[in-house]
Amino acid sequence: MSAYPYTGDSTLLRMFSPASWLALAAAAFVLFVVFPLLSLAVAPDSGFHVSAYWVTLIGKIMCYAIVAIAMDLIWGYAGILSLGHGLFFALGGYAFGMYLMRQIGREGQYQADLPDFMVFLDWKELPWQWWNSDQFWWCALLVVVVPGLLAYVFGYLAFRSRVKGVYFSIITQALTFAAMLLFFRNDTGFGGNNGFTDFKRVLGIPITTLEARVTLFAITGAMLLGTLVIARYIVTSRFGRVLSAIRDAEARVAFCGYNTLHYKLAVWTLSAVLCGIAGALYVPQVGIINPSEMSPANSIEIAIWVAVGGRGTLIGPIVGAGIVNGAKSLFTQVLPEYWLYALGLIFILVTLFLPHGVVGLLRGKASR
Amino acid sequence: MHKLTSLLLFVAGMAIAPAGLALDSAAVTKLGFGDNEEKIEAIAALVAEADPRAVVILEALAEGDLQTVDTDKRVLIVRDGKAADAITGAAVRPAPQGAEDVLVNNRLRAAVQGALAALKLGSPERSVRLASARELAGGADEAALPLVQKALEKEQDPEIRPVLEQVAAILQLKTGTRESKIDAIRKLADSSAPNTRSILQSLLESEKDEDVRLEVEKATREIGGRAAWYQRAGLAFAGISLGSVLLLAALGLAITYGLMGVINMAHGELIMIGAYATYVVQNLFRAYAPGAFDWYLAAAVPIAFCVSGMVGMILERTVIRWLYGRPLETLLATWGISLMLIQGVRTLFGAQNVQVINPAFMSGGIEVFTDVVLPWSRIVIIAFAFAVLAGMWLLLAKTRLGLFVRGVTQNRSMAACVGVRTTRVDTWAFGLGSGIAGLAGCALSQIGNVGPDLGQAYIVDSFMVVVFGGVGQLAGTVYASLILGLINKLLESYSGAVLAKIAVLVFIVISIQLRPQGMFALRGRAVEAA
Repeated sequence: MSAYPYTGDSTLLRMFSPASWLALAAAAFVLFVVFPLLSLAVAPDSGFHVSAYWVTLIGKIMCYAIVAIAMDLIWGYAGILSLGHGLFFALGGYAFGMYLMRQIGREGQYQADLPDFMVFLDWKELPWQWWNSDQFWWCALLVVVVPGLLAYVFGYLAFRSRVKGVYFSIITQALTFAAMLLFFRNDTGFGGNNGFTDFKRVLGIPITTLEARVTLFAITGAMLLGTLVIARYIVTSRFGRVLSAIRDAEARVAFCGYNTLHYKLAVWTLSAVLCGIAGALYVPQVGIINPSEMSPANSIEIAIWVAVGGRGTLIGPIVGAGIVNGAKSLFTQVLPEYWLYALGLIFILVTLFLPHGVVGLLRGKASR
Repeated sequence: MHKLTSLLLFVAGMAIAPAGLALDSAAVTKLGFGDNEEKIEAIAALVAEADPRAVVILEALAEGDLQTVDTDKRVLIVRDGKAADAITGAAVRPAPQGAEDVLVNNRLRAAVQGALAALKLGSPERSVRLASARELAGGADEAALPLVQKALEKEQDPEIRPVLEQVAAILQLKTGTRESKIDAIRKLADSSAPNTRSILQSLLESEKDEDVRLEVEKATREIGGRAAWYQRAGLAFAGISLGSVLLLAALGLAITYGLMGVINMAHGELIMIGAYATYVVQNLFRAYAPGAFDWYLAAAVPIAFCVSGMVGMILERTVIRWLYGRPLETLLATWGISLMLIQGVRTLFGAQNVQVINPAFMSGGIEVFTDVVLPWSRIVIIAFAFAVLAGMWLLLAKTRLGLFVRGVTQNRSMAACVGVRTTRVDTWAFGLGSGIAGLAGCALSQIGNVGPDLGQAYIVDSFMVVVFGGVGQLAGTVYASLILGLINKLLESYSGAVLAKIAVLVFIVISIQLRPQGMFALRGRAVEAA
């Protein structure tokens, strides 16, 4: 077992059934052609026009869906429930947020070279964390490296000590909680309570125009489809089968001669990196990132997206992220006081009555 | 016989009278007619004589009742239109015309107050002596020194004596010879009074004598060292206090998670419900029994236990029971429950924090040293935490229910075989753990804010304590909470609250990775059995 068996018996074409490839192509067509056309080319007063609100909302949900797939890779396939994925998401967001903050330039409220909150705190120069943060490539690198490195180190320590199950879940929760407290401090250098906001442009392009939004939307869509393909590639490969075996009987897999540490660590790190990228795509669309993204509640919500859609399937997390976040947007507009009741009920009902999620339910119906 | 006694009394009265009349009439006259300098001299003279009559005269002066009559150079005390001779106390009728008030300026007033305090040191009333000693400690005139020393000879009260000793030492510092100064400095260094350090420092500014200066510096160092120890003791107390709070929050979890293996993410909300139950009881007492308000906690403790316990039992029956053996699902479902409970409390009581008032006996604290105050509420909670711990241990170790709980935990099917109704035991055990969470809420309501988010603040902490201590280990939970409390407070004194909290979390995360079974876990076969 010198190298990881990333290449299994599935070739690229065989990863999906022909029907699924067709569905993927249709989704790509909708995301990259139909949607942009409907929002950019159709007149705003037409019934078919897609407004900026919807572009942003669906873009946001697609970011969540990427996170959900990442979560499903480790929870649904490797059996590791993380309650700290919000941390990786937020770290990616903060890394890219730094770049966006620098892009504001002198257009902030204080018209200074430094970001507003630093002027407010009476800082004279950028702290070391912000080194090179005006370079797009550097921040894009941080988006991948920071969550990946943190996950790698944390995962290595945890998996090596065979911390698993609920223990692992709880210490990931403690990790994100600690990080949240850290980022709430002004001295940490990332804007404290308020985080980053008021972004003006990305790569010199004004960020609030509909064109920019649609572009971000399309990039997010591409990333989502890419994540789906990568995830599918992994779970159908030999590597993915070993992961499922670890989920079902880790001791046996270890007795068969596999070093489970490396398998778990690899998928765990990949999952964190995917979350970081999703976070980086999320921040310019939503226009704000603050430490509350790291709160334990947010991370645990990610788990429920996956559970609602169906663990151990790849379409499930996308469906789940869509259902839960769609419901959230609906409730917060119509019945804001009742959203927590609804979310709580979803948690309870899904775990009690829908162990395989919505997708499992539909599949059960179909096979009957 | 009768006549004889009254005669004897009369003679005795005559014999005592000259002592009573030893009041320096010249001083009183000077007090009435002299200029300010003379008046202050007169006050010093009166203080030196320590006559009970002097108190009356000085009080009259302080209250502006002292008047003078120019014609016959008499000093009078005039109250409510009735005049009396200041020296003898004999009534003067009719009140003479043309009497003038003795004017008192600020400087004089201060001198009078100091003199009165010194004179009152001889009072038979303990509270009067204590008050006057404290007043003198705030600043006294040199003339009071003989009086203070005289009072010290007689004074036995443990609370008054150290104050007087300090006053005497301060006065010696002002007036005494070199030897008496050094002696006074040594005395001050040994006393535990709060402001000695600043007194010595101010002496350092004026004093020229090298020996005295050296002595002062030595004494300051001694006092500084002692203050540091008191600070450390205060820190340890804060640590134990935080530890007892953590212990309370984690004890219930030690049953539901530690013994039963249920990941109850709604544990914090059960704490919150206990706090709100206390709030409701408090309001009921205020509305219907304001006289017994100080005793509302006596009712709130059992009610908080029962309310949280009932909620816990309902949850166990309706949701948790179906998820035994599926910890991750339990985690998610109980998280959902916690969300609904939070929102439920918001709907019922509003999103704002509610106010829970301490009973009178829990407010205030013991000041063991300057700035080191041990609040009563904290002391009560430490005691309460250990009382709950003892009660829980007794319940688990000595009662039939405890036996069943332990039996079901160790071997469920065997327990069922010998006739234990395992499902019912589960419900009761979960109710017990939830009830203890309610007790924790009752205690927390006394020291922190009570709001719908109360539980969220404790859920991570209490899981950390249980996991750090070792799952299934009651003793481990106790050690873990105290250790974490102490570490947290210790770090807090160096780095501030937030960084300390982060450091503790990181410390726990690392320590779990080093010892996944917890710091105080069982070893060997017991691990497999648990």
